[in-house]
Parts: sequence; C-alpha cells; structure tokens
Amino acid sequence: MTHHTPYPQAVAAIELKAVVKRFGPITAVDGLDLEVPKGICLGLLGPNGAGKSTTMRLLTGQAIADSGEIRVLGHELPQEAKAARAEMGVVPQLDNLDIDVTVEDNLAVFARLYRVRDVRAAVERGLDLARLQARRRDAVDKLSGGMRRRLLLARGLVHRPPLMLMDEPTVGLDPQIRTELWSLIDGLRSGGTTILMSTHYIEEAERLADEVAVMAHGKVVARGRPADLIKQYAGRETAEVYGPPARLAEVRSVAEAQGLTVRPAGPAVAIVGAERAQDGAVPPDAVRRAASLEDVFVLLTGAEAE
Amino acid sequence: MRRLEPAAITGVMSREAANFRTYWKATTFSSVLEPIVYLVAFGLGLGSTVVNRVDGLEYVEFVGTGMVATAVIFSSALPAMFGTFVKHRFQRTYDAILAAPVDVEELVTAEMLWIGLRAGFYGCFPLVVAMGFGLDPAPGMLLVPLFAFITALGFAAFGIAVAATVAKIDQFSYVTTLVVTPLFLVAGTFFPIDGLPQGFQVAAQLNPLHHLVELVRHASFGFEATDPIRVAALIVFAIVLWRVAVRRMTARLID
Repeated sequence: MTHHTPYPQAVAAIELKAVVKRFGPITAVDGLDLEVPKGICLGLLGPNGAGKSTTMRLLTGQAIADSGEIRVLGHELPQEAKAARAEMGVVPQLDNLDIDVTVEDNLAVFARLYRVRDVRAAVERGLDLARLQARRRDAVDKLSGGMRRRLLLARGLVHRPPLMLMDEPTVGLDPQIRTELWSLIDGLRSGGTTILMSTHYIEEAERLADEVAVMAHGKVVARGRPADLIKQYAGRETAEVYGPPARLAEVRSVAEAQGLTVRPAGPAVAIVGAERAQDGAVPPDAVRRAASLEDVFVLLTGAEAE
Repeated sequence: MRRLEPAAITGVMSREAANFRTYWKATTFSSVLEPIVYLVAFGLGLGSTVVNRVDGLEYVEFVGTGMVATAVIFSSALPAMFGTFVKHRFQRTYDAILAAPVDVEELVTAEMLWIGLRAGFYGCFPLVVAMGFGLDPAPGMLLVPLFAFITALGFAAFGIAVAATVAKIDQFSYVTTLVVTPLFLVAGTFFPIDGLPQGFQVAAQLNPLHHLVELVRHASFGFEATDPIRVAALIVFAIVLWRVAVRRMTARLID
C-alpha cells in the first residue's frame, strides 16, 4: 500500500483522514485517507461498491462520517459543510435537472442557490460553456442526452468554483458524448480548477487524471501518477493469450509458476509483467502490449474493468 | 454560514416558481372549477331541496366560506406529500439542492413557504367564486389569505414530514384516507359541527382545518372574541409541524 503525497499539506483542497462511514452492517468507507492537492485532477478509480459515491457525499455533507476528519478548502466537515459547498461545484452521477423547466431557468436557479451576484451573466456563461445558447428557452426534456450532460456540468460551474466534484461524470453515455465531456473537463483542469472525479472507466482516468487513487473496499489501495502506478504494479509489458478455457488455465499455471501475475481479461488471460517472463511462459501467439492502468486496476481491486 | 439564510430560502422558492410557470394553468383551472362544481352540486342542489339555512346563513354562504379550508388542505398537504416524495425519490432534485450551499432546514422552510403562499392565494378562490353565487364581500375577508397561508404552512409541513417517513408512494393512500379526508369532512365545511355527537365536536376542536373554517366565516360575517386564539393555535400547529418536518427530512436526506 503506497500513499505518496509529494505536495505540502497547506495547499490541499481536500483532506480525508481515517474516515469511516457505515450503513448498518455495511462499511462503505473504511479508514479512508485521501488528499487532493490544489490544481490537480484526481481520478478516484474503483469498482462499483468501492465507496466512491459515499466519499463524494461525505465531501458535500450529504453523508456524515462515523469517524475520521474531513476538510474541504480549509472548512471542517460536517460543521462547515455549507461554507464548503458554496466554494465547490458538484456534477452528480444521475441527471437531476428540472426537466419541465427551461435550460436558462435551470442555470438561473442554481446561480441563485450559489449566491451569484450577477445571475444573468452566470446564465450566459453557463449557456456558452454548455453550448446551449440556441436551446436556452427549451425545456430540458427536449434536449438530447449529451446536451443534458453538458448542462449538468455547466450548472455545477455556475459560480466558478475553485473545486469540482464529479461523480462518474460520463457514466452510461455513448463514446462520442463522453469524448465531448472529456474535452470540457480537460478545459477546466487547464484553467486551474481542482477536480476530484470518481470513475470506474479506466480510460477516463487515464485521459483526464493527473493522479489516480485506486479505491477498493472503502479505502485507497494505491495512489500516484498513472505512469508511476503502471510501472510499480504492472511493469512494462502485458501479454494477452486467447484460446479455449483449458489452454488458458495451462498458460496461467505455467506463468504463475514463474512468479508472474496472471489476470482474466474477458475472453483472454493477461500475463502482467511479461518482460520478466522466461522461456515458455508467454506463448508465441500471445499479443504483447504496453502495460496499462487497467492491469493495475484489476490487480489491485480484483474487479474486471469496463 | 448562518442558519436560515434568506438567499438560500428564496433560491429554493425560485426553483418552485420556475416549475410553477410550467403548470400554473392547470392549477388555476381546477381551483376555479372545483368550487363551482361543489357550489352547484351541494349549495344549489342540496340547499334548495333539503336545507335552506345553516347556522343562520344561506347554504351558498355557508359552503362558499367553508370551502376555503378544503381548497387549502388540498393545495398544501397533498402537493407537499407527492411533491416532496417525487423531488426526493424520482427526480433527485433534493440531491442537487443539498449539494449547493443550502441545508435541510432551509430547504424545508422554503418548500413550506412556497406552498403556503400558493395555498394562501388559491385558498381564496372559493370565496371569490361564491361571490358570483351571491356571497356579499366584507372587509374582514382581506384577512382570509393570511389565515389560509398560516394553515397551509402547517399542512405543508405535515405533507413533507409524511413524505419523509413513508417507504413507498402507495402508502400515501393510508394518510389521505385516515387523516386528510376525516380532517376535511369534520371541519364544518358542508355541515355545522355542533350537530355532531360530543366526541366529534371535541375532535373538531383539535382539527386545524375547523379553526380555519371558523376564521373564514367570521371574517365574512363578523369576528368573535375567541378568533385570536384560533389564529394562535394555527401558528403553533405550523411551528410544531415545521420542526417535525425538518427532523424527518434530515433523517431522510442526510446519510
């Protein structure tokens, strides 16, 4: 287990220390330590049920931790949760726009909730960002899925917060819309906004995150830059072998006998750290590729990635 | 940040107003039509054949004033129940609002105020409709929106608390059948309470809707010395239910 925090504490936007959150018999967050330095995009990567959404709700004060310490932008939670929320934007996992209401009214309401002085200017900014100027007077339920997602993002940014929480921002979207949102999020990051983004899409984390924290069973099991994590946990090369189950089982046992890690990869098995393999462990028909964050993810969480 | 910030409360109310702009026509239509239907059916039908005068009033006067209470409970308790449940469970609106700098207490207060204002306004419709059927205007009637508002606050809080307590939306049927309908029937809207058995008369005194009915009638035909006590009782009802609603909603919305 590696926590590496190359940044001084004073500039952390988010700090969680030994945070525990239980729901009856289930411990959703189990001694979580996490620090998000200002100005980076941290990808919180983990399988479903790893505690990502609960962590997000703890950070907005919508869930109260059973123990541990939480600070957001210098505010002590849960006591100062409201002040913390005033300075952060939230993009929820599930669309919760007001569907009968116009695009501009959706933005205006949240500009008011965030105490923005010039509501009209905030609405214009939001419409520009979401590229919905032409649809401003349409009810939300007339918009396409991609437009709604962009509006959801713009709504969270209506007060220009220095910190954004995004809970699975592209879950369930088709690839084209996802790419579109990624460029929006990337634009924010370049603009200096601190972003904590939970996701279970490896590619999303690889593309957007400066650093990744891998979560499993309510805690962080690895943390670092994607390239560093790959090097540390997966080595340089992964070899994927396809074939009938009996063959895959044989490949696995040979590789494991050499001390290599083998993981399932859909219809194949993947031999991680294939560069260290000795004769015979990697069959000639194996597909060799550079080690990926996906390899790290599967090794650490035991869950197959999406 | 302070408790009960006006900016948070008006922000939440502005969301309601934005939604209201999309459905005000239907609400207004039924608010006008319903008292007409009741007045025609009961007032003219029953009033002309069976009953001529009730408590010294024309039946139109009696029902027209009494129906303010009906309009108030049906435009406060029911919208609060269904609206809260839908916004929480189906639309996840409260998730969005509570991610902004708004807390549960502000949210509940804003929703109550919004429903109170709406019911205060629509609650007067039966009175206006009854005027078309022969009810004489009186200066005291100017206080009716205020009485309706205060009563609606309490019933809005009741509805919110119920919505925060039930597990499934179907369970509202129990509440409407066991609570809302009896309250509305033994309020003295369609027949005077003093004709009922003793037990019902005592129960009516505990019914906020009955006090609203009395206040509206007195506002129309002459106030009585005990009316300030009725107003005070309605204020206490609203405050107590407000605290209950905040509690229930906190339990429901904050994990």
